Amino acid sequence: MNKIKLTIDGKVVSGYPNQTILEVASDNGIDIPHLCYHPKLSKSGQCRLCVVRVGGKMLKASCTEFAMDGMDVVTEDEGIIAARKLVLGLLLQEGNHNCLYCEANGECELQRYCRMYQMEEPSRQIPFHEREVDYASSNALRRNENVCILCGRCVRACGELQVSNIWGFAERGHRTHLIADDDRRIGESNCVKCGTCVQLCPTGALSFQQVLGRGLNWELSKESSICIYCGVGCKIDFYTNPQGQLVKTMGNDEGPNKGQLCVKGRFGFDFTQSPKRLSKPLVRKDGVLSEVSWKEALDFVAAGLTKIKEEHGPDAIAGLSSAKCTNEENYLMQKFMRAVIGTNNVDHCARL
Amino acid sequence: MTNSIGEVPLSEGYLVIGSNTTENHPVIGSMIKGQVQNRGKKLIVVDPRQIELSQLADYYFPINPGTNIAILNGFMHVIIKENLYNRQFVEARCEGFEEMAKTLEKYTPEYVANICGIDKPDDIVGAARLMASLKPMALYYSMGITQFVSGVNGVKSTANLQMLLGNMGVEGGGVNPLRGQNNVQGACDMGALPATYPAYQPVASEENREKYEKAWGAKGLSTKPGLTVVEMMNAAHAGDVKALYCMGENPVMSDPNQEHVIEALKNLDLFVVQDIFLTETAQYADVVLPSCSFLEKAGTATNTERRVQPMHHVLKPWPGAKDDWWIIEEIANRMGAGWTYKKPADIFEEIRKVTPSYAGITYGRIEKEAIQWPCPTESHPGTQVLHRESFGRGKGLFTAIEYTPPYEETDSEYPLVLTTGRILQHFHTGTMTRNSRILDETVPEGWVEIHPNDASNFNFGDGEVISVSTRRGSIRIRTRVVERSKPGVIFLPFHFYESCANRLTVDCLDPVCKIPEYKVCSCKVEKISA
Repeated sequence: MNKIKLTIDGKVVSGYPNQTILEVASDNGIDIPHLCYHPKLSKSGQCRLCVVRVGGKMLKASCTEFAMDGMDVVTEDEGIIAARKLVLGLLLQEGNHNCLYCEANGECELQRYCRMYQMEEPSRQIPFHEREVDYASSNALRRNENVCILCGRCVRACGELQVSNIWGFAERGHRTHLIADDDRRIGESNCVKCGTCVQLCPTGALSFQQVLGRGLNWELSKESSICIYCGVGCKIDFYTNPQGQLVKTMGNDEGPNKGQLCVKGRFGFDFTQSPKRLSKPLVRKDGVLSEVSWKEALDFVAAGLTKIKEEHGPDAIAGLSSAKCTNEENYLMQKFMRAVIGTNNVDHCARL
Repeated sequence: MTNSIGEVPLSEGYLVIGSNTTENHPVIGSMIKGQVQNRGKKLIVVDPRQIELSQLADYYFPINPGTNIAILNGFMHVIIKENLYNRQFVEARCEGFEEMAKTLEKYTPEYVANICGIDKPDDIVGAARLMASLKPMALYYSMGITQFVSGVNGVKSTANLQMLLGNMGVEGGGVNPLRGQNNVQGACDMGALPATYPAYQPVASEENREKYEKAWGAKGLSTKPGLTVVEMMNAAHAGDVKALYCMGENPVMSDPNQEHVIEALKNLDLFVVQDIFLTETAQYADVVLPSCSFLEKAGTATNTERRVQPMHHVLKPWPGAKDDWWIIEEIANRMGAGWTYKKPADIFEEIRKVTPSYAGITYGRIEKEAIQWPCPTESHPGTQVLHRESFGRGKGLFTAIEYTPPYEETDSEYPLVLTTGRILQHFHTGTMTRNSRILDETVPEGWVEIHPNDASNFNFGDGEVISVSTRRGSIRIRTRVVERSKPGVIFLPFHFYESCANRLTVDCLDPVCKIPEYKVCSCKVEKISA
C-alpha cells in the first residue's frame, strides 16, 4: 500500500490511506487525547475529545477522520482546548465523579484528562440523573454508572473481542444507560465473567469484585506470567499489593491471547494464597500423615526408592510428571527417572 | 498445532470437531466466534453435544459419541467423488491416496448418517462442498477426537481430510489440536513420556541411548519403553510397580475407573506425592512434599501452538513450600546423581543442548520475541507454520481408516451412553478452581445433563438427585434436564470429587497411544427413593 505524507503540528509524518488521523499520530508518537477510541475496537466517534483542527479550519474527530495526503493537522490550540474542556465539563456534570470512592483512581483516563486540562468541579447547571449502581448482582463484576461516560468501549469489547454481546445501550439522550442482555442486571445475564469490559473501561464504571487483597493502584506491583489453565498459554499481568497479596489480573497484549482472558485466567488464581496450601512435608507414621522436616522427608524418599530399586529393579518404580509444571521441572523429572532410577516409566496427564 | 493462534483471522472457515472451544479454550473460542459472527467466516461443527459454536454453525452434526471417523470419512467420500479435492497438493505432497480412496468408497452419506445418527445425509454433502470451497479452512479438535479407543485413528483422519483439501503448510489452515493444560505441550517436548527422550527421540533407539548417556554422564539407560499413566496403575494393582513418585497430578480424580486406581495406590510400597494441596490422591500417599504454585515459579511453559514462554516469580514461595526442580534434585543427589543446578536457567541451558527443536531458544530471546519451536539456532526466528515445504517424513501419508465402534456398547442393563468433559468455570480435577472463590461460587457442584425425553422416561425432575452407575461404580448427582445431547446420551463434568465422573469411566485404551476412552461408556440412571 502506498504511503501518504501529512503534517501534524508542523511535523511531516507518514501513514497509510486507511488510517485515521489519530492512528497516524499515535504511530508517530503524537498523543491525541481520546476516551471512546481504543485501538482494539471499532471506531464510534462518540466522545469528541479527540478533536483536531484540519486545514486550519474545521474541528474533526481524529479517531474517525481518515488521514489524507497533504493534510495539515493541528492537535492542540486554544479553540481545541476549549472544545475539549467543554466535552470534559459535560461529562463531569452528567455523572457523579468522586475519585475517593473509585476503583480506577490513579489509572482513570477521564481523571488524567481532567488534570491535563485543569478542570474544576462542575457547576451542576444540568439536572443530575442518578443512574444505577450494582455492586451485588455479580460475584465478579461491579458497575457504577454514575461514573460511566457512555463511551461504549464495554459494549464493543463484549461484542467484538469476547463476542458475547452482553452489554448494550438502552434509551436515548440523557436517559441512555448500559444494560446487560435484555435489560437485566449483569449478575442475572449470560455474562461469562471474562472481564474484558473492565479491562477496557476508561473510568471506574466497571470494576472487579475483590478477589484477595486491595491496594491503591499506584502502589501495586506488576509481573507477567503464563496462565496455569488450558493450553492457549495466555500471558497475564498479575498485580500484587505491598503486603504481597494478589489483587487483580489483566490480560497482556503481547501474549497469544492479545490481552484477552477467560473467567479462569481472570479470577482463578486465589488458590495460590489459600490457607489450605501445604506448608510442611508429611510422612505416614503409624498410618497417619505426620509433619516432618524437609531433611527427614527427602531422606525417607531417597532411601525408599533406593531400596525398591535394589530389591525389585528400576522398572518397579514409576514417575508421574506434570503438565502443570515448567519445562525445566518436566525435563528434570524424566532425567531423574531415566538416569537416576534407570527406567522409562515416566508419563504425565497428556492423555487425560 | 501445525499452525498458530494468530492465524485465526486468516482462515476462510473452520471445522471444529470434538472441541467445546468457547468453554475449554475460551480465548481461541472467542477469536473463532468473532470471525464467524462479525466477519462472516464459515463454520462447521461436529459434536455429540450442542455447544456455543454449534449455534453459530453453517452446518452442525450432532453425531453419536465415538463416530468421528465415520463422519470424517463421509466428508472425504463426497470430496473425492465430486472431485473437489486439491489434486495438485495430493499428487505433489502426499502418498497413499489410492488405498485411502478405495476404503472411503463405502462411506456414502447414507451409510455415514446411519452410523452417526444424522437425520439428513444431504447435509454431509453440503458441508463437504463448503469445506472444499474454503481456502484455507482450519481444523480444530480437542479431546473429543482423541479420548476413544480409536483416538489415534481419529487424529489420522483429521490429517487425511486436511491433506486432501490441501490445507496443510499454509497460513490459516492446518490440523490444530487444542491442548488442555498450560504445559502439556512442553511436558511432552521434554520427554515426560514413556517412549521418548526430549524432542520425541525414541528411547528404544541404541543411538539415542548413547547420545543421552554421553550428555547426562549416565550408564545403562534403558531402551525398553516404559508404562503410560493407566498402565502404571494396572502394574501397581498387579504388584509389578512398587513405588510411584507423583508430581503435581491427581490420578484419583483424573484417571479412569477410580476404584481400581485407589486399589492400585493402596497396593504400593512407597507412594510419594508432591503437590500444593492435600489432594484426593495425596491422602493415599506415604510421603507428601509441599511444592510451589505456578506464581511462585520461574521457568518456561510451551503452549498449544508450540510457543515457549517465560514464567516469572509473581509471589514469594508459600512458607515451607519448595520448587519442584529443587525437590527432584535433592532426591536425585541423595541417590548419588551429583547434580548442580542452582536455578531454572541452568536446567534450560541443558535442555537446549539435548533438545534440537529448542536449541535456538534462550531466556533472553523469549522475553522479547514470540518463538515457536522448531527453533534450531539462535538466529532462527522459530516456526509459525509446520510442514510448509514437506512433511516430517517427506510425503504426507494418507491412512486408510475404517470406522470402529467404541469399546462398551449399550445393553438392556446399561442402556444410556455416558460422555464426560470440562466446563468453563472449572479445570480438570478442580484442585485449583475449586479453591478459587469466584469460580467455586459460580459453579459449586457437579450435575448430570440429561435430555428431557430420558428424564421423562425415567420420571426425573430438573434438579433432582439421581444415581448414575456403570459396571465400575456409582455416583449420586443432581440432574440438569436440557436439550443438548441427543436422547440416550448423558454428559457429566469431571471436576467434582463429590460426584466423580471417573468413578464411572472405563479404563480401556487405544492400542497405540494408550489413551483411555473417557468419552463413551454405557451407564444406567436410577431414581433414588426417599
